[in-house]
Amino acid sequence: MFRRWYLRDFILLIIYIAVLYGAWVALEYAAVYWPSMRYYNRILVMMGINITLAVSLNIINGHAGQFSLGHAGFMAVGAYSAAYLSVYYFGPYVAKMPDGSAQQIVWQNLLLIVAVLAGGLMSAIAGYIVGLPSLRLRGDYLAIVTLGFGEIIRVLILNIEAIGAARGLSGIPAWSSFFWVFFFCGLTILISNRLVSSSVGRAFLAIREDQIAAESMGIDTTRYKVKAFIIGSCLAGVAGGLFAHYTPAYLNPTGFTFIRSFEVVAMVVLGGLGSISGSIVAAIILTLLPEALRPVKDYMPGGRDPRMVIYSIMLIVLMLTRPQGLFGRKELWQFLPRRKDSLPNEARDEGNADDKLDRDAAPPVT
Amino acid sequence: MANDALLQANHVTIRFGGLTAVSDFNLDVQPRELLGLIGPNGAGKTTIFNMLTGVYKPTEGDIAIGGVSTREMKPYQITSLGLARTFQNIRLFKELTVLENVKIGGHIHYKYSSTSAVLHTNRFHEAEAEAEAQAMKLLDIFDLRTRADHAAKNLPYGDQRRLEIARALAARPKLLLLDEPAAGLNDSETRALMGTIHDIRDRFQIAILLIEHNMELVMGICERIVVLNFGKTIAVGTPAEIRSNDAVIEAYLGEPVSEAHA
Amino acid sequence: MQTLLQNLLNGIASGSIYALIALGYTMVYGILKLINFAHGDIFMLGSFVGFYAGNFIAKQNGGGSSPLSAALVMLLSMIVCGAFGYLNERIAYRPLRNAPRIASLITAIGVSFFLEFGGQFVFGPDPKFFPTLIDKHVIQFAGVVTTNYQLIVLGVAIAFMALLQYIVYGTKYGRAMRAVSYNFETASLMGIPTDRVISTTFVIGSMLAAVAGILYGLSYPKIDPLMGVMPGLKAFVAAVLGGIGNVPGAVVGGLLIGIIESFVGGSAYSNYRDAIAFVILIVILLFRPSGLFGKYQAEKV
Repeated sequence: MFRRWYLRDFILLIIYIAVLYGAWVALEYAAVYWPSMRYYNRILVMMGINITLAVSLNIINGHAGQFSLGHAGFMAVGAYSAAYLSVYYFGPYVAKMPDGSAQQIVWQNLLLIVAVLAGGLMSAIAGYIVGLPSLRLRGDYLAIVTLGFGEIIRVLILNIEAIGAARGLSGIPAWSSFFWVFFFCGLTILISNRLVSSSVGRAFLAIREDQIAAESMGIDTTRYKVKAFIIGSCLAGVAGGLFAHYTPAYLNPTGFTFIRSFEVVAMVVLGGLGSISGSIVAAIILTLLPEALRPVKDYMPGGRDPRMVIYSIMLIVLMLTRPQGLFGRKELWQFLPRRKDSLPNEARDEGNADDKLDRDAAPPVT
Repeated sequence: MANDALLQANHVTIRFGGLTAVSDFNLDVQPRELLGLIGPNGAGKTTIFNMLTGVYKPTEGDIAIGGVSTREMKPYQITSLGLARTFQNIRLFKELTVLENVKIGGHIHYKYSSTSAVLHTNRFHEAEAEAEAQAMKLLDIFDLRTRADHAAKNLPYGDQRRLEIARALAARPKLLLLDEPAAGLNDSETRALMGTIHDIRDRFQIAILLIEHNMELVMGICERIVVLNFGKTIAVGTPAEIRSNDAVIEAYLGEPVSEAHA
Repeated sequence: MQTLLQNLLNGIASGSIYALIALGYTMVYGILKLINFAHGDIFMLGSFVGFYAGNFIAKQNGGGSSPLSAALVMLLSMIVCGAFGYLNERIAYRPLRNAPRIASLITAIGVSFFLEFGGQFVFGPDPKFFPTLIDKHVIQFAGVVTTNYQLIVLGVAIAFMALLQYIVYGTKYGRAMRAVSYNFETASLMGIPTDRVISTTFVIGSMLAAVAGILYGLSYPKIDPLMGVMPGLKAFVAAVLGGIGNVPGAVVGGLLIGIIESFVGGSAYSNYRDAIAFVILIVILLFRPSGLFGKYQAEKV
């Protein structure tokens, strides 16, 4: 059963891991010599998390066409679930091992993955719970219900003492890193990309385009919508878990309001609904934008920070100039000239002439 | 009633509020039959289609496909029983390519789990190869292969109609429902469509039930015709019988001149 | 019994503020099918205009307060918010009239961010204390404690809702507005100046939000640039609850949310006060997707 494509996937995975690992080691060394690199490292990691969030939301909003405004809630479920495991079980377990030992390093990475995946699982369950009843609703109603669910999740967190309630949850081991964030980021992109070019993804797209026609083609629309919610929220939960374990490894419910959901939605729509590469590029732009605007603060009287004001203006302007998003529904590579398209239509294979229906063979009209 | 009927509708009635849209409708469709459903505007033709495909639930009566009652079924389950349809006002997946549209049509035959999709398992490769091959074959048949990569919305109107039929055929139905396939087509296009419909039946060995306003088309290709008026069946018969049926003539040309429809 | 009445009274007072904001949401949604996320922030702006104007007038008067100056403050706030509402539609929504609807939703979010962060930038992020526009009196009646503020809130809110009801159902403009919300294109073919109707709708909605902002400032005098977020969201929930696009529905929805919140706030579950609006929303939408008074529109096949 070990076919050649598994082998190819495996080799590509090894190469990806090697490249990531190399980049990570290089970044860590750079930070030793230039301490300011710590800041850039952090931006890179936030970028990776935002890309993961945007690409996962794009599965729900862009592919399946189900407008969700509750992504921060799913992220929060993953973040808090993963952090809970690490704070109460995994952290103390690893702390007993000798510091810096190989055993400790292996265990902390292993347990990080377990915690993050558990977070993803919890988010998937949340996605299922939210998805199932919500899917009777359409468009704006669905949007506002998902927003409501996100807020309910946040208020619940505010009331659970074990995860810090309003104080926030601290003491999470800072095991997350550039390497793991981008490992899962790459995985998310891969999953999203493979889904959209499969029968599952086509079912998503069909539902987005025309739900009634999709249903009449034998697609169980409810099931696929729930599926999109589960997959999208699971990946958001993974991103949340990684975020929770990244320095300063502290979670606060105020970081998961619907304003956070809006930011992710803005990335997806700005990139072009349904375009994976669009989501990635928009996530990069919207992560870098506030950072790039940091120097502006120095020119302001009274030390006030106009960054987010400019951010919001640019969001409006970008949307006004490209209402269909940066890439529309296309992917980045579809803008590159293709050999296939440069051929005139006649030159392409038109199939066997015998296969065509004889359209003049109608019975005589009486 | 014949047991080998593909589809049977027994005493089907549907009411919307106080309005009875269709009352006591009976139909049996035999394999490989070309059946026409005609009637003036508002007679309830599309409502019947929507009941057959499960979009509406009949208030009374039962519909069975291959002997299986569809009462408690959702539209997607009915598709698996061998029913596929087109829509009066074309419902293609507009932003998707022609090829993707037809592949989605074959969804019930080529589906697999998300895990297969992500891991690219053997099942994935086999199903995708088959889906692609079947879709390409259908595109060849409908002369749409050169447009496989085009977005469906960019096709000319006539091609969109034919793509919708190709998409429905991809589900490999035993019974194909066509809702006004000639709407918006000119005379020569309609003639061509008649040939296509006839040829589909012969090639795929399926039954076709079509709603149409264009009398020439219906009379030209249907073997049996059901005439509806105000939700009631007023005549069933061969084209020749229908042509000379008094009730039909009255329904179409009858007293209130303003209600006459060709 | 007394606590019940007390909760009911408090609920009606805060509910009428929700209702005023909800009216703006419901009118805009009715016409443009757009969730105007910036609306809650217009409400915040109304409070801040009231804050600055109130303090300015108080300084001129040497610290006194009078109903006249309060009315003046409210009028000024309505004018400023009306202007903002107009500009908001003109700049951020009108150019996208023919674009996918989601694009205007994002600009709405952008405008919302702009007002929130702009508010933090201009007014400063720290809470401010709303000036005492009118002297506060405590009134005790049948064991229920109320203030003249609650009565003013109630009176002003009812007056403006009645005015709106009259505008929508009793004037030529209201008829045009309903026509546009029923069918945008047909209305414009009938010679209704749709752009002007839409602008006017935004101005009226924003003015009502300004009124709500002043009343909120009176009742809960701590104001900050992010104060519009939660009331805005809950007001939208109120509009959905009542059946979005439906003017009396928004009022009923607002009052319901206010009353229920007040009861939850007075119970053992007071920590969940902020979530209850959404729980109600979800329950209602699952059983009556079109809200309490909305009409359900099935898709034609």
